[in-house]
Amino acid sequence: MHERFANAYDPFVIPYMIGLIFVLAYLVIALVTVIKNIPMSDRKKMLRHLFSFKIFITIKDIIADCLLHIKIWKKNRLLGYMHSSIAFGWFMLIVVGHIEIFFFAPHRVNLPYYPIFFRYFMMETESTMKGSLFFFLMDFFLLMVLSGIALAMIKRIRRRLFGMRRTTRLKWNDQLAMYSLWCIFPLRFLAESFTSHISGGGFLTRSFGMIFDWFNQFINNDALIRPIWWAYSIALMVFFLTLPWSRFTHILAEALLIFMRNAGIRETDKNNGYASVEIFSCSRCGICLDPCQMVSSASLRPMATVDFTRNVRLRQHKPAMAAASYCLMCNRCVQACPVGVNSVRLKLNLKGASINYRYPNRYDYVETENSKKSETVTLTPQVVYFAGCMSHLTPKIEQSMLKIFEAAGVNYTFLDKDGGICCGRPLMLTGDREGSEQLVARNTEAILSTGAKILVCSCPICYRIFKDTYKLEGVQVLHHTEYILQLLESGMITVRKSARKGVYHDPCELGRNSGIYQQPRDVLYRVLNLQKNAYEGKDALCCGHSIAAEGMPYKKRRMIARDALHKMTEQPVDMLITACPSCKKAFAEIGEADIRDIAEIVCEQLVKRP
Amino acid sequence: MKDFGFGIKKSNVIDLDKTDWTFLREIAAEEPSFLHCFFCGTCTATCSAGKYTGFNLRRLQLLIRRGQFDEVAERVSECMLCGKCQWVCPKGVNTRHVVTLINKKLHARKIR
Repeated sequence: MHERFANAYDPFVIPYMIGLIFVLAYLVIALVTVIKNIPMSDRKKMLRHLFSFKIFITIKDIIADCLLHIKIWKKNRLLGYMHSSIAFGWFMLIVVGHIEIFFFAPHRVNLPYYPIFFRYFMMETESTMKGSLFFFLMDFFLLMVLSGIALAMIKRIRRRLFGMRRTTRLKWNDQLAMYSLWCIFPLRFLAESFTSHISGGGFLTRSFGMIFDWFNQFINNDALIRPIWWAYSIALMVFFLTLPWSRFTHILAEALLIFMRNAGIRETDKNNGYASVEIFSCSRCGICLDPCQMVSSASLRPMATVDFTRNVRLRQHKPAMAAASYCLMCNRCVQACPVGVNSVRLKLNLKGASINYRYPNRYDYVETENSKKSETVTLTPQVVYFAGCMSHLTPKIEQSMLKIFEAAGVNYTFLDKDGGICCGRPLMLTGDREGSEQLVARNTEAILSTGAKILVCSCPICYRIFKDTYKLEGVQVLHHTEYILQLLESGMITVRKSARKGVYHDPCELGRNSGIYQQPRDVLYRVLNLQKNAYEGKDALCCGHSIAAEGMPYKKRRMIARDALHKMTEQPVDMLITACPSCKKAFAEIGEADIRDIAEIVCEQLVKRP
Repeated sequence: MKDFGFGIKKSNVIDLDKTDWTFLREIAAEEPSFLHCFFCGTCTATCSAGKYTGFNLRRLQLLIRRGQFDEVAERVSECMLCGKCQWVCPKGVNTRHVVTLINKKLHARKIR
């Protein structure tokens, strides 16, 4: 094998070089911007991670996620193959192409276009068969990429084959990048086939090259060689030039995201630095579309997470803000995301950035009530009960809990008996962190002043902020499902089992967002005939009345609630049991099933002590 | 002037012809349900903040319609956005969004 041209140059490399230089410059600028926007401690973490043994784990993760797309394989094999064939095949073409240079033209290593147009610049001499392994490998990986692209085209028409009911709608920037990407590999295949009688080729390119050779008797296809290499080079250029505005930034951003995540960098409350890497890592694969209930139940397709991340990336503030204020923050999309983009956090950050007001000491009026309360408490209670605002709207839950406390003989204090104050999570979910902190400070003071060691709350919304944000040292935070289970296990209360059938609905804030799945079920097994349904645990549905979605119209919320209720009660059951006052109200409002809270049902089945 | 501890009361006359309706329209553009309110006062009855303070959403609605923004600004920060009013509202007004928008717009106009 030897070189065809002494100068190793042809004008068709120019478009490719323009694209390459542009994309490299873009990458450098992007990387510098990201590093500039992260705190110094995070930069140190990145540097330390780079020179530690953990970097091998990161490399493994990058190969598994960016090249092989293991997580997508788990969802659907065909979809997984489509993604990994393109990513892995392309990567291997680049790697093997460079190895080829080292073997056959080591003096051309300094030319960045050489491996790309290798077959044009090299010539196969009959006597050398050394290249045959490379011919095979290059053709094999090219075939892999071509099959992936064929599948990608089929996916645009028949997405159900790939386990997807919906897929992303592309705007012109994504379309241009995607079509140029689709063109790159068929053009490469054609160019290598046309040149294969000179350069040689493997099972794919040489075989097709022979067919083209046959046409040679009618037209001189040697004249087509250079135009097709030109076309290949231009396709590469178009792809590179459109890359920064398209979804394909994920190719490199995802690797950086994995590196940063493994280095221990976590999201902050601003959408720059780490969060911007997350935004650019979104590949718009559309896997988050099907889980989103706004899309599936309320026909709010424009509010979907895929479009939100794109709008943030392209600085389309208005639609991005609308999506953030509509989002239920149920975390179903975050859980489905194969890249691990925490879009809920991104939405919260966006909401937070839009808050232009601050009020110092705005909740001072709350203090007087609490100080009054702490004076009246004489005996230190074991348990402090915080019902939460939503539970005040469902007094049955409160009353049931109080009865359970009394049946167990627990000395408790009811913190928000008089209507009480908010836990601060609703404010946090509208982005007003400062206001939320003020409420947190007030409540912390009130809770600690009671001296109780256990805080029981009835509302998962409160539960989450008590657990994640409050600093309640020495106080155990329990949702009432956990607390009831403790009481049952320790024998402080006893229940009899009823024969009624029920299904349990996992509230988002309690299940997916706090990881409490088993405790409510353990309680319910003791009190009734608990049935299984398809939407349990991590696949649980949102009731649609999430406190996060302040912008969503009431009609849409109701549509989501109705749809979720229908899905969960497909089988005949006597009641639907939930553990969240807000979910209870949402489903009860539909008026098609008997909706109970777990506390109510336990209270009904209590065995009174002699 | 010497402060005697009493004075002449300010006029309470509200001239609806001079009311600034743009504020109302701006909010209604972003949250159309704002205009669905028919002043039943259910939100006021359930309000957590209203228990301790003079805050109530019904009054805010009225004050905005009368153009008394200073009074709105005085009260609106007291809301804890707990969302009880949203649950009880018979007209499905997105009350939490309304309060957030009032806060944002007041500050954009530097009324507060």
